[in-house]
Amino acid sequence: MTFYQIIAEGLFFAFVILVILGSLITIRAKILMQTVLGLAVAFLGVAGIYFYLGSMFLTLMQILVYVGAICIVLIFGIMVGYTPTEVAEKAIKDWRNKFLAVLSAVTAFLLILACVLKTDWIPAVADDRNFSAAHLGQEFLYTYCLAFELISVILLIAIIGAIILARGGAGGMITDPPAGKEVAAVQEEKGEAST
Amino acid sequence: MISNHLNSYLILALFLLIAGIYGLIQHRSFIGMLVSTELILNGAGINFMAFNRFLAPDPAVGQVITLFIMGIAAAEAAIVVSFILAVFRKYRSIDPDEVKELHG
Repeated sequence: MTFYQIIAEGLFFAFVILVILGSLITIRAKILMQTVLGLAVAFLGVAGIYFYLGSMFLTLMQILVYVGAICIVLIFGIMVGYTPTEVAEKAIKDWRNKFLAVLSAVTAFLLILACVLKTDWIPAVADDRNFSAAHLGQEFLYTYCLAFELISVILLIAIIGAIILARGGAGGMITDPPAGKEVAAVQEEKGEAST
Repeated sequence: MISNHLNSYLILALFLLIAGIYGLIQHRSFIGMLVSTELILNGAGINFMAFNRFLAPDPAVGQVITLFIMGIAAAEAAIVVSFILAVFRKYRSIDPDEVKELHG
């Protein structure tokens, strides 16, 4: 094993530790903001794992989409509507949920680990090892064209639905309120948020 | 070379899956449950990429499916966060046990 291979292995372990530590913070943290920050750490580790699996493009997309977009959305969700102390205390008190969680997690872990270790994976005959983004783009626009378009439609519908839900549902949508009423409504919301 | 074996990636993805399951049951808030779901989706993505790297003949399939997972996760996160905001406005709580109107 050469010097560079040792460095590569060490980096791989660093990414694995990043994933494990991040997910442990995610499931053990008592404060919701720490949960989301742990999730960001785990996502960065997963991006490194994608790099070791041969795809530079997916590494960048992982950082861009998960760390850059989803974590920010979650942080906004926490900052807009959230009561920190109550949730934290309940997480400590509730032992029944913790028991059920440990039970199901350990069972799933043992069952799937047995499957993984017992299976004899047979590698397929590789036609080419072309991991480039150009090849990926061709696959997207020729072979998987329909699924690609459907994903874009799903994203559009999800964003429109999210806006409608966040504005109070189809019935309670603010259509065109007079200026004075709008200011009063904003002040009322601010008063509610501070209580 | 541990980074060159399929099993190490599968076990890492398995760890993400069980961390997600644990968090999904144990967290006492909607946002915590959503975060755990994201962990499970990431485990699935690592699995697809690992099988693609070591077993599949065509190297693009796993990347395509992982990108689809990312798109679905983004849509899901946007929908669920706005859902949580709507629920918070109605019930003044993000604890799943206090949102009782749809209890089975």
